[in-house]
Amino acid sequence: MKNLKLLGVMVLVLTLSAFSTTTEDNGYEVGDLATDFNLMNIDGNKVSLSDYTDAKGFIVIFTCNTCPYAVAYEDRIEALNKTYAPKGYPVIAIMPNDPDVKPGDNMEAMKARAKAKGFTFPYLMDDGQKIYPQYGATKTPHVYVLQKTRKGNEVKYIGAIDDNYKDASAVKETYTADAVDALLNNEEIETKETRAIGCSIKVKS
Amino acid sequence: MKQILLMLFVASVFSCKNEKTETATVETKSEIISSDEKTPVNYPFTIYDYDGLEPLINKEDDKVHVVNFWATWCAPCVKELPYFEAINKKYDDDELEVLLVSLDFPKNYGSKLVPFLEKHDLQSQVVAFDDVDQNRWIPAINNDWSGAIPATIIYKGDQRKFYEKSFTQEELETELKQFLK
Repeated sequence: MKNLKLLGVMVLVLTLSAFSTTTEDNGYEVGDLATDFNLMNIDGNKVSLSDYTDAKGFIVIFTCNTCPYAVAYEDRIEALNKTYAPKGYPVIAIMPNDPDVKPGDNMEAMKARAKAKGFTFPYLMDDGQKIYPQYGATKTPHVYVLQKTRKGNEVKYIGAIDDNYKDASAVKETYTADAVDALLNNEEIETKETRAIGCSIKVKS
Repeated sequence: MKQILLMLFVASVFSCKNEKTETATVETKSEIISSDEKTPVNYPFTIYDYDGLEPLINKEDDKVHVVNFWATWCAPCVKELPYFEAINKKYDDDELEVLLVSLDFPKNYGSKLVPFLEKHDLQSQVVAFDDVDQNRWIPAINNDWSGAIPATIIYKGDQRKFYEKSFTQEELETELKQFLK
């Protein structure tokens, strides 16, 4: 009987773990609760979402130094933080690449890039690459707008920063800013998911 | 020698560089390039927006088509280019066609893409793709594409598979076998 119970528990555990693996593979969808993290920032301090007691939400952006699309968006990421951090939606940038594969994305390079560009947002290293797979990020840049709710940080928008990676002055749709504006105004987000071109996240093969 | 090869390459993909290819150029141009896209005269490849590219990735013939989205700055893309070149060489032109779609930024065509093509002497057809409306064309190319490169389409007629991944030579050959029957 005991053995049967044990078997039952094992089957349950296996089923659950199989289920959670599937979820992780696909990452978050709009409406899911996003995990918090505790990742090293370029200033030598660790950062968690829970540190931001006054925030209404977050603009989490997986980005890096070495991807031309990410580089093309650097100034716009900084602008998002300047606009929305005071309104309660700070940018939290996470660098998801394995720096052994992309040395240009190591902590020293991240510090140098942030200094050169004058980033005012935290730029965190996904050390061990544990966080980006949970979010389901596949590339840089890849945006997740989260809203703080009683249940946790709810995913409200996933995708691109805007509709023109090449030319900031020619942007017609500011998807990420529109999503945050809608949240700030208690309105429904019009476009909850978009596709963005990007560089695949670098892992050891 | 490299110059000659490049010129041959130029002529085969078509370009305005060589005056003699003018006739063919006009015909192809009106067919596949959308009107608002201009092809600068000095590039050995054609530049397409999505409307221009769409027919090239949906050809209705009996060949197997391998379409690879890449860029010179994308290390995993560059790494797998020789595998695409190898299959392009291995199979007959009437059996298989490789199309290498570069996503290099237009400002880097002259400084990066052209020198890269010259250095590596790519034999497969190369085109440049310049369309900023990513939210339109990514799902149009494939609904499962999150937008990361490298990405590859293999298709033959109605049979079509999409890969948002890097290939090894063996993986590419294995996938091809499903189409080459």
